[in-house]
Amino acid sequence: MELFEAIILSVLAASTPLLIAATGELVTERAGVLNLGVEGMMIVGAACGFGGALLTGSTTVGAICGIAAGTALSLVFALMTLGLAVNQVATGLALTILGIGLSGLIGAGFVGERITPAPQLYIPGLTDIPVLGRILFGEDGFVYASLLMVVGVWLFLYRTRSGLIIRAVGDNHVSAHALGYPVLKIRLGAVMFGGACAGLAGAYLPLAYTPFFVPGMTAGRGWIALALVVFSSWRPGRLVIGAYLFGAVTILQLHAQGWGVGIPSQFMSALPYLATVIVLVLISRARAGGSTAPAALGTVFVPDR
Amino acid sequence: MRRIVITATAMILTAAASMFSASAAEKLKVGFIYIGPVGDFGWTYQHELARRAMVKEFGDKVETTFLENVSEGPDSERSIEQLVRAGNKLIFTTSFGYMEPTLKVAKKYPNVRFEHATGYKRDKNMSTYSGRFYEGRYIQGIIAAKMSKTGVLGYIGSFPIPEVISGINSTILGAQTINPNIKVKIIWANSWFDPGKEADAAKALLDQGADVIMQHTDSPAAMQIASERGKWAFGQASEMIKFGPKAQLTSTLHNWTPYYIQRVKAELDGTWKSEDTWAGLKDKMVVMAPYTNMPDDVKKLAEDTEVAIRDGKLLPFKCPVVGQDGKEVECKGGHHLDDGQVLGMNFYVKGIDDKIPGK
Repeated sequence: MELFEAIILSVLAASTPLLIAATGELVTERAGVLNLGVEGMMIVGAACGFGGALLTGSTTVGAICGIAAGTALSLVFALMTLGLAVNQVATGLALTILGIGLSGLIGAGFVGERITPAPQLYIPGLTDIPVLGRILFGEDGFVYASLLMVVGVWLFLYRTRSGLIIRAVGDNHVSAHALGYPVLKIRLGAVMFGGACAGLAGAYLPLAYTPFFVPGMTAGRGWIALALVVFSSWRPGRLVIGAYLFGAVTILQLHAQGWGVGIPSQFMSALPYLATVIVLVLISRARAGGSTAPAALGTVFVPDR
Repeated sequence: MRRIVITATAMILTAAASMFSASAAEKLKVGFIYIGPVGDFGWTYQHELARRAMVKEFGDKVETTFLENVSEGPDSERSIEQLVRAGNKLIFTTSFGYMEPTLKVAKKYPNVRFEHATGYKRDKNMSTYSGRFYEGRYIQGIIAAKMSKTGVLGYIGSFPIPEVISGINSTILGAQTINPNIKVKIIWANSWFDPGKEADAAKALLDQGADVIMQHTDSPAAMQIASERGKWAFGQASEMIKFGPKAQLTSTLHNWTPYYIQRVKAELDGTWKSEDTWAGLKDKMVVMAPYTNMPDDVKKLAEDTEVAIRDGKLLPFKCPVVGQDGKEVECKGGHHLDDGQVLGMNFYVKGIDDKIPGK
């Protein structure tokens, strides 16, 4: 049972950054903007988040620095794609390259430093419950925040008027514009939210996961977050399932290697991705057909006047 | 971005070199190509430390340039050529994947000398060099077996290539001299560098009962996990004690400094020759970090082993080496496996209860 508890704890830790980044990107894409720069915003968030925590000794300040850095970088993206109507795919890819370079520059002075990892919740009595205690009441703040955020995003998108407007903008920006909604302003907000989430997800890595900074430490997690949004067919509930499924397969394949299950490790490493593809196929087969992607996703919008 | 800046600097240097070729001729220009960022705290960092030490040694007799984050393949060929055009006369290319590009550029510029790390192809003006890191791992195996209470070691591998496999075998052969029934759990990260995954692998190994972690991946993540859990670990390539002051037992350090100084000196003296260097503890290309967090008798044993290996009295791969199938491996080096057998190792020794992935 102890092993079970340990595995669940590792899975939650591995899934959280994916869930946070993917939630932000989901909102961005729901507004019709495809920002492929998640990896870049994450790594800059990691560098700034670590820097903030190192200089002040506070995880909270670190998290805020990460959020600020991710948002700042998303503003660059917004300026290009919304302001100047540049191609979103190209700008997103450029943003990733920019972010990786920038984070190396920002983080150069932080390499080799270490900080105290984010504190974990401890409620006397509850946290001590065998097996489930630590899983439910012994996580760091990021884990709870990520789940609250998904619930919040779900309520916002499906239960509020503003959420409806965002979805409308993502599905048909021309109609939304004709109805008098400020399409570009709404999209700006969605892009900034995506940037903030990516920055926070990046900051999670050096603040809680592996408490040090090294260049390139996101190691492709931004791209996985992007894939998870597609996997979830742009729905927050499925995003949670996807992120935890991905985390679970990642951790379990490591354990399977340790147990000596005679399957080549190269195949095991590919398993999380294979699982994602298979579930994706199953979902789309189960549906009556037709894409669930926001109809205006990735298209630029230039208001006529 | 940084690369672009450095590239631009290199281009300006080229222009400057052509304008002031008279004064440039007095200084020896030495170039370096790095696979990672200089701050990776592992492989590239050690090369960078050696470059700095070399510059300190020769002062204004040399002028160095380095290009970092150069990916292997065609991109590296361009970068190497750029260094040549900037007037560098001695160029160190520090990753296995630069082998073919270095060879190609070397053929094109016979008057420039090249030094390629960890490869096996040489030319009149191209040397190769690498370290016998398995010597350090043998000592680690002995320490690990002494320290482990569970008798289970955790090993994080990068890719199942001969260099990593010979490291695992050397560790186990060392450990078996202390505890013949020692067990090892091996997890492959299938990456040289992914701190998150390395941390997860370390957690999985500890959760499954290992209490000493050793790694052949580049980040200090596993060291930190061991430290958090109050277990032990070995550093990789660099000194990692900062990340686990109570956890690091030792670390097999890559020390390129003596080699870089020796080769630059040869070039300055006009005695540079194409050579194949594979040096270990004896030549200080492999150096052990201080033995920490262990009782004195274990420390003494580790030190004695280090001396024995250095003096050539103890060979990690001395015969008989028994494979997993229980058969003795052919002994090509007389009373030990020869270098070719170690460099191409693709079998596990007896006592490892696992299979090489994909084999």
